[in-house]
Amino acid sequence: MKLDSKAPDGPIENRWDSHKFNMKLVNPANKRKFDIIVVGAGLAGASASATLAELGYNVRCFFYQDSPRRAHSIAAQGGINAAKNYQSDGDSIHRLFYDTVKGGDYRARESNVYRLAQVSNNIIDQCVAQGVPFAREYGGNLANRSFGGAQVSRTFYARGQTGQQLLLGAYSALMAQVNAGKVKLHRRSEMLELVVADGRARGIVTRDMVTGKIESHAADAVVLATGGYGNVFYLSTNAKGCNVTAAWRAYTKGAGFANPCYTQIHPTCIPVHGEYQSKLTLMSESLRNDGRIWVPKKKGDDRVPTSIPDHERDYYLERRYPSFGNLVPRDVASRAAKKVCDEGLGVGSSGLGVYLDFSDAVKRLGEDGVRERYGNLFHMYEKITAENPYKVPMRIFPAVHYTMGGLWVDYNLMTTIDGCFAIGEANFSDHGANRLGASALMQGLADGYFILPYTIGDYLATAGKNSIHSDDKYFSKSKDDAHGKVNRLLAIKGERTPDSFHRELGKLLWDNCGMARSDESLKRALEKIPKIKDEFWQNVKVPGEGKELNQTLEMAGRVADFIDFSEVLVRDALARTESCGGHFRVESQTDENEAKRDDDNFAHAAVWEYKGEGTIPERHTEQLSFEYCKPSQRSYK
Amino acid sequence: MNFTLKVWRQKPGEKGKIVTYDAKEISSDASFLEMLDIVNERLVIEGEEAIAFDHDCREGICGMCGCVVNGYAHGHQEGTTLCQLHMRAFEDGSVIYVEPWRSRAFPVLKDLVVDRSAFDAIITAGGYISIRTGSAPDGNAIAVSKETADAAMDVAECIGCGACVAACPNASAMLFTSAKISQLALLPQGQPERMTRAQRMVRAMEVAGFGACTNHGECEAACPKEIKLDNIARLNREFIGASVKKQA
Repeated sequence: MKLDSKAPDGPIENRWDSHKFNMKLVNPANKRKFDIIVVGAGLAGASASATLAELGYNVRCFFYQDSPRRAHSIAAQGGINAAKNYQSDGDSIHRLFYDTVKGGDYRARESNVYRLAQVSNNIIDQCVAQGVPFAREYGGNLANRSFGGAQVSRTFYARGQTGQQLLLGAYSALMAQVNAGKVKLHRRSEMLELVVADGRARGIVTRDMVTGKIESHAADAVVLATGGYGNVFYLSTNAKGCNVTAAWRAYTKGAGFANPCYTQIHPTCIPVHGEYQSKLTLMSESLRNDGRIWVPKKKGDDRVPTSIPDHERDYYLERRYPSFGNLVPRDVASRAAKKVCDEGLGVGSSGLGVYLDFSDAVKRLGEDGVRERYGNLFHMYEKITAENPYKVPMRIFPAVHYTMGGLWVDYNLMTTIDGCFAIGEANFSDHGANRLGASALMQGLADGYFILPYTIGDYLATAGKNSIHSDDKYFSKSKDDAHGKVNRLLAIKGERTPDSFHRELGKLLWDNCGMARSDESLKRALEKIPKIKDEFWQNVKVPGEGKELNQTLEMAGRVADFIDFSEVLVRDALARTESCGGHFRVESQTDENEAKRDDDNFAHAAVWEYKGEGTIPERHTEQLSFEYCKPSQRSYK
Repeated sequence: MNFTLKVWRQKPGEKGKIVTYDAKEISSDASFLEMLDIVNERLVIEGEEAIAFDHDCREGICGMCGCVVNGYAHGHQEGTTLCQLHMRAFEDGSVIYVEPWRSRAFPVLKDLVVDRSAFDAIITAGGYISIRTGSAPDGNAIAVSKETADAAMDVAECIGCGACVAACPNASAMLFTSAKISQLALLPQGQPERMTRAQRMVRAMEVAGFGACTNHGECEAACPKEIKLDNIARLNREFIGASVKKQA
């Protein structure tokens, strides 16, 4: 597997501009001759589809929901970063770049991150023009708030529903292009195979989830905007439908999978409350602007939190990290919560929770002031827990939220398969080993609006039209594979539901490859995964048929891929014996229990190459160099 | 807690019927959808097809879920999507009716799953500001007063779930359509296309088969995001204004 990042040389601030100039263009009359498939309709997929269509390409957009407006980007709450420096508080493109590389614990590609910071400003302009109702100051200017890992206020927001508003903006741009006849939507469609011939992506095979029909779609390029794989843990803050299938299928066809062990555990989620629980709910990181995190100083202190006096509380983030306080990056905050809970100081019936307290904020701003900033989050918390967070502190605990790993892409966002691109959370490129808050929306829209539409032109101008049609033998082979898998799942007629396997897998991963990972726990997981897989293929039960809407069948297919994928995730975690960002190996920590990197041996992206069913995949590396952000032990003290 | 469920089951292309299921030993902290998950787990093990229902984010924002529960869209609790409704809101031992959204414009695909692509058709007709990627002025070049931004945000919160249509005796989509029209009519960025937008979206609404508004107000009561009825007044004003202007 050849890993050529194609990252340009020269001064970092000129790289993207000179790269754009050096790329080939497709002239306007020729653009309409090219067909592009986009899988996924979240921020990355919708913005890319809309922009490619505006440029003149013919776009077909596939997604599993009933409308592009439902994609899980919609659930992002807190905000989107940009280096506008509207607050005049010392922000700049370079500072956003630096914060992102540092926040990612020096495991991202500098050229990509700098470009992300550059286009961040264009995103805000674009979204404002689309009518996204960002929060405003009284004078009519855009308002900002602070997020973890930064000492400037650069986060733009729309109450606690920023993701919703940005997605609806991208969705509206997409629907305008549907109206113009340049985008065709394939709703309730799931990609089951990527079709590759002679080293080039030729199209995809999908299942229409309503009719069960398995269909071939050829195109000149395929863009995967299929999100992350957090649901491999079963319990996560992802939507129930989020899955790894498209990325996994691309991987089995030759796309390298980079850094699967980089998973982000978000510090502020509502704690788990029962075995039947189907998902976890995030409380935006923005709450840490005004909420203070604490646990009782005394073990087993079961007084109601409001009657524990201040001097008997441990505001452990403020104590350990005086300069960033409650706004340390996510990985640091999550591990700190785990640490106090491991020490037996956790709160709530399970002992797996810490308090997020707004009493000081209510005193300072009044209840209405707090409501203004976080009303919908408080409302949501109260719905789920039946507790009023204006009066009693929230209880929170870390949960799987985002995955920094993903399909390896070069500077052009192309995977190791020619003509197959990956954007948004589906790729690995910009966040290194830990993503900062409010950067996911930024990256999804950067890729979709401002990067891919340029780079894909360079590819098409060079590679030309795809000569293989959807009735070709390569497609029929992939179609047969997809059919075969569906029929196999239906024929097992075992005794366990797909969900029960998913829960089992998720618990195994959470316990052994979650917030803290050790050589021993990872080997234990590696031993157990094949057993889960064997039992799955002998004992799963999928009633009903393949030729109609069958949600149990959909779930079974996704769980099967999660099981296969989990093995690569654990292998990656095992091979990376250092700690970095969200990947914490207990063997590699500083005296103060912080993640300890090993830059001599691991300053690289690990990229896994599929070697066939039952064969151990091969680990390749892309060496990372840091010319502008010199790696140091991250300190938020 | 224990419940008796009366659930609408319908195979594609066939007539539907109400089927009775027991939901046993359900935690009061389980959400309504988690309760359905538990029932479905049992059905699958018994070899019966799971009850099909739409859902995704399970935190009240994607708009994918929604059924009529005991006659109320998203259930009886105000300002709540079905995924945010918890079983503690029901009486132990009660009978719960679960039915799909009912509207000519939302055909049933299976069981509780309906086709809501008619909503997309309304947005496609004009629910956007035409601005090419990369051609926008600086974000602060367009000042928007805080009051206006807040008012636009109030309506932009619509999640497009379809509860307003399900609750309306006429299966009208006026609340949904008016939310988008209001958001864009309030903002300065939305002015250039204001007139054509109202006309095109209203036309699309009629073509899709949604009924007319006769001011029942059921939509506002059912809306999980508490979108206000006065937006429909604004829609009418926008629409009539556009018609008058066109004639003149």
